Amino acid sequence: MEAFLHQIFSGLAAGGIYASVALALVMIYTATHHINFAQGEMAMFATFIGWALIEWGGLNFWVAFLLTIVIAFCGGFAIERIVLRPLHDKPVLSIIIAFIGLLVIFNALAGWIFGFTIKAFPSPFPTSPPFGNRFLNWHEIGTVGITVVVLLLLFAFFRLTPLGLAMRAAAFNPESARLVGIRVGLMLALGWGLAAAIGSVAGMLVAHVVYLDPNMMAGILLYGFASALLGGIDNPGGAVVGGFIVGVAENVLGAYVIGTELKLSVALVLIIGVLLVKPAGLFGRRIVTRV
Amino acid sequence: MAKLLDVKGLRAGYGQTEVLHGLTFELEQGGITTILGANGAGKTTTLRAICGMVRVAGDIVFAGQAIAGKATEDIVRLGVAHVPDGRGTFVQLTTEENVRLGAYVRSDKGQVAADLDRVYHYFPRLKERRMQQAGTLSGGEQQMLAISRALMLSPKLLLLDEPSFGLAPLIVQEIYRILRDINTKEKVSMLLVEQNANIALGIADHAYLLETGNIVMSGTSDVIKNDETIRKSYLGY
Ligand SMILES: Nc1ncnc2c1ncn2[C@@H]1O[C@H](COP(=O)(O)OP(=O)(O)O)[C@@H](O)[C@H]1O
Ligand SMILES: [Mg+2]
Repeated sequence: MEAFLHQIFSGLAAGGIYASVALALVMIYTATHHINFAQGEMAMFATFIGWALIEWGGLNFWVAFLLTIVIAFCGGFAIERIVLRPLHDKPVLSIIIAFIGLLVIFNALAGWIFGFTIKAFPSPFPTSPPFGNRFLNWHEIGTVGITVVVLLLLFAFFRLTPLGLAMRAAAFNPESARLVGIRVGLMLALGWGLAAAIGSVAGMLVAHVVYLDPNMMAGILLYGFASALLGGIDNPGGAVVGGFIVGVAENVLGAYVIGTELKLSVALVLIIGVLLVKPAGLFGRRIVTRV
Repeated sequence: MAKLLDVKGLRAGYGQTEVLHGLTFELEQGGITTILGANGAGKTTTLRAICGMVRVAGDIVFAGQAIAGKATEDIVRLGVAHVPDGRGTFVQLTTEENVRLGAYVRSDKGQVAADLDRVYHYFPRLKERRMQQAGTLSGGEQQMLAISRALMLSPKLLLLDEPSFGLAPLIVQEIYRILRDINTKEKVSMLLVEQNANIALGIADHAYLLETGNIVMSGTSDVIKNDETIRKSYLGY
């Protein structure tokens, strides 16, 4: 029973990671209707920066953690301005190629700068079993805690602040947004910055578990994508719930049903299944509109 | 009276196609001017040209500033509010979020709160539906919402694109009564484009007639109302 509970809890920890990645994908999708394939590699690269700040720069974990989030935000913002802005009226294919280009560049750059050897990424949490329970560990508890806090902060930002409202307005209806004076291009770049920042949090939390290397995020991006699809690719709340569902399902199925080797296939099966059966996802928006 | 808007030789279009072939018209401070025209004449394009939503050539001077070629976001900041064709509702957001977005560029928080009350006073139905998803509002309510959003800018000039379109006559009357109120009480100038010449000439002081991208007639509303050709082709009596 305890082992089963542990699987659930590990699933929630992984779920927080998937939820974060899914939310990053959804944020860019709602604004642009594109899936940023490079989201995972951007997170990986940010995680390397965090690693370098700790290992090379000798910074305290939390200082490096916050600094990395800021750097990732600026990086995401800059990528939108420099790479995607010039492409905004080009065919979808050019944009997809830009995403693939970013993916390849970040992957190669990470290997070139930081090396291809697998690295241990520190955890800021104690290693002792929490509450004397050997089925739990602090890193998982911390991961759930941090991702939940980050997600709540984001929801508060989007729901309660004028800037958050403006970003949603710009994503939903760019033309009307301009007519009330919102600088839509800037909002898009801010969205990219936020998505990159969330990705960096996910990367730094998961790196301790999967170890840091340039391909670290490949599988996680797939789970994140499956989560986003499951929840509804245009629904941030749904994507988060989807992330936790996928995390728990993956762990429980992996432990008791299909074995760890086939775990990644769960994500693939889920993606195809959702696309076939319920393309709008569990919580996909039905926008009721009257004219 | 001083000119608020002075347009000379305005050309605009989409891609290679020119839709407006050199329009010249003006709007007096505090006035209501209407541009009448049949479907496809270029009314919507004219309003879009004024707020920088299409590429333009020619001169557009608003409150003494040349605005042709400026970005929409910057023109809005000068005090030009647009009630667009199709109403431009943010369908996923609530009614109140839609209204509040109208004041996005303003920093005078206290006055914005007062304006929100004022707008709800004009349109109590929107207040009742504050928390409702705006996409579920009726057509008339969405038209009121678009006007409310525009008013929240506290604009000098209100551009109105066929506010009567697709609405029941009673609702149209209600909306026009409120527009007249806003014009007289708050001194908001208006540029109104309409297919519905009857109602537009009832509220406007000046009128222009647009036919396939050219202004073919202009004058005070009274003169236009009594013009033989207008009566036959646009007023239907
Ligand atoms: N987005 C567009 N792309 C190409 N042509 C357009 C577009 N919008 C309008 N037009 C054309 O411009 C002309 C004027 O349209 P519009 O300004 O919408 O007229 P109105 O508002 O008077 O009905 C029409 O011939 C229409 O087909
Ligand atoms: Mg029109």
